Amino acid sequence: MLGRTLREVSEALKQGLVTPTELCQRCLSLIKKTKILNAYITVSEEVALKQAEESEKRYKKGHSLGDLDGIPVAVKDNFSTAGIETTCASNMLKGYVPPYNATVVQKLLDQGALLMGKTNLDEFAMGSGSTDGIFGPVKNPWSYSKQYREKRKQKSHGENEDSHWLITGGSSGGSAAAVSAFTCFAALGSDTGGSTRNPAAHCGVVGLKPSYGLVSRHGLIPLVNSMDVPGILTRCVDDAAIVLGILAGHDPKDSTTIQDPVKPFTLPSLTDMSKLCIGIPKEYLTPELSSEVQSLWSKAANLFESEGAKVIEVSLPHTSYSIVCYHVLCTSEVASNMARFDGLEYGHRCDTDVSTEAMYAATRREGFNDVVRGRILSGNFFLLKENYENYFVKAQKVRRLIARDFVNVFNSGVDVLLTPTTLSEAVPHTEFIREDNRTRSAQDDLFTQAVNMAGLPAVSVPMALSSQGLPIGLQFIGRAFCDQQLLTVAKWFEKQVQFPVIQLQELMDDCSSIFENEKLASASLK
Amino acid sequence: MGTRAVCLGLRALAGGCRGFTSKADPQGSRRVTAELIEHLERLALVDFGSQEAVARLERAIAFADRLRAVDTDRVEPKESVLEDRCLYLRSDNVVEGNCAEELQNSHRGVKEYFVAPAGNISWPKLDEKEPFSHR
Repeated sequence: MLGRTLREVSEALKQGLVTPTELCQRCLSLIKKTKILNAYITVSEEVALKQAEESEKRYKKGHSLGDLDGIPVAVKDNFSTAGIETTCASNMLKGYVPPYNATVVQKLLDQGALLMGKTNLDEFAMGSGSTDGIFGPVKNPWSYSKQYREKRKQKSHGENEDSHWLITGGSSGGSAAAVSAFTCFAALGSDTGGSTRNPAAHCGVVGLKPSYGLVSRHGLIPLVNSMDVPGILTRCVDDAAIVLGILAGHDPKDSTTIQDPVKPFTLPSLTDMSKLCIGIPKEYLTPELSSEVQSLWSKAANLFESEGAKVIEVSLPHTSYSIVCYHVLCTSEVASNMARFDGLEYGHRCDTDVSTEAMYAATRREGFNDVVRGRILSGNFFLLKENYENYFVKAQKVRRLIARDFVNVFNSGVDVLLTPTTLSEAVPHTEFIREDNRTRSAQDDLFTQAVNMAGLPAVSVPMALSSQGLPIGLQFIGRAFCDQQLLTVAKWFEKQVQFPVIQLQELMDDCSSIFENEKLASASLK
Repeated sequence: MGTRAVCLGLRALAGGCRGFTSKADPQGSRRVTAELIEHLERLALVDFGSQEAVARLERAIAFADRLRAVDTDRVEPKESVLEDRCLYLRSDNVVEGNCAEELQNSHRGVKEYFVAPAGNISWPKLDEKEPFSHR
């Protein structure tokens, strides 16, 4: 049952083949079994079981709230959840219990979803590995997959099995791992520079970044107000579309959400490919790109072409400046957003009591890690009077050029862009930590952050396994507010490539019972 | 909750500022001075903590300096991707409030007040600010 799509499970719930409580308990049990992944910071067991009970009552009466009723979901720990600790993986917010739900969380709950828990991340979502939070790093479930392990056995013998575990990517690594390991059907992440798509690619799941302005940011602890977007992680494109349909729409509490009416939608199946034009940005072919990813990218382009789509090379001339521009704007907005953490109203507070400024300074020194402090200081530098014009405003101008590049490409008849999501497959943690956070972010966000600067929708779809047995995903970028079209193309692609299911038998004891139930389920469902 | 149709006018600033062209700049590879460190620590109320952090800032600045190569002559700064749209504010009616539960997250509170230390004492004048090289 856990390997099914949202629609299939929803149908099974309606038919009474499985109950919300059973689903909930299975997921909770799986969370315990996969504890080694460190995907969850908080597991809200009691809350989830209570929600399951209520969902069950609704199903018995035949009054289910919709496709998400009774479905286990997880939420990244930088979304406020009423009554449930929200830490952002930082000492600054350890023990902080919000008095309200983020709008997107509320929407999920209003649809009857079961909240399994809050997932792990890089501290304050700053990072591309999910390694820099106070609760420790998240481990990629694929480290324990049969596919990866078999390839490793061929190479090395007698090594400590766990010492070479792989990162999930970040910063929404916990959410990606939670979905990848079947502990929930969907998870919320956040995406400021690729934080949803990057771990999605590394964990072999679908990671959607909706258009900026489509989904409310109210309750998402802000990093970069002009780029942050709640992200959606699921095991298939259809599921992402269902969740987006529920989350999208104007929120009076977020004035940056557009007022255009939004309705849930189903994705059509693409039949006539001849009307589709796919763009391949040539500047994304960088020397750092691994040959395997490059070859899969080529293969994907050929696939579209062979099925009748028009595939053309396009140019995004300012690509090489994109990451620099992002770095300046991101640190500047971060410096401003982190100013709210002073120990007074919420969060950590130091013991110093001599003056407000001394108290603020000590609180912030104790509460933030090096990465966060580094970004605040960089941001303050760029915002200094003498630097404002040359750095911050300059970056804003470059941002216009980058956004314009995309507009020009889409105006030339391209419907969707196809690019890699990451430079390579997931790397071992030991290798990842050899460079510092900023360097890694600059490398890993290469293909993803330009999209945030332009506010466009993008989705990472897993394509195939590398020669090491690890997932590689590709990214599709769409026009602003054409999320449905983007997902339609992604869905077609997903169907063509048939990405394999992760085999986690070694990690889970009674996997046989899960698969047996699957056989039963597939016998009764069409 | 009605919405007031106030167009925020998030259009790009019409400043007429000339773009920064790629002329040679005296700053070049800038060193982070002790003065700058103190200034930033004061503004951010966050300390560097180590020489390593200063080095990191220098690298961040060097990285950002690459933007000089971009010709932004006659290009307006882009503040928001939604600048071509009207975004709406809520009407100014009180519909939420009495958030007594907000106080539960603070460490020091007296009745309905947050308690802060004295705000009229200037920070650098105090002894507890140690120079980071001693840490």
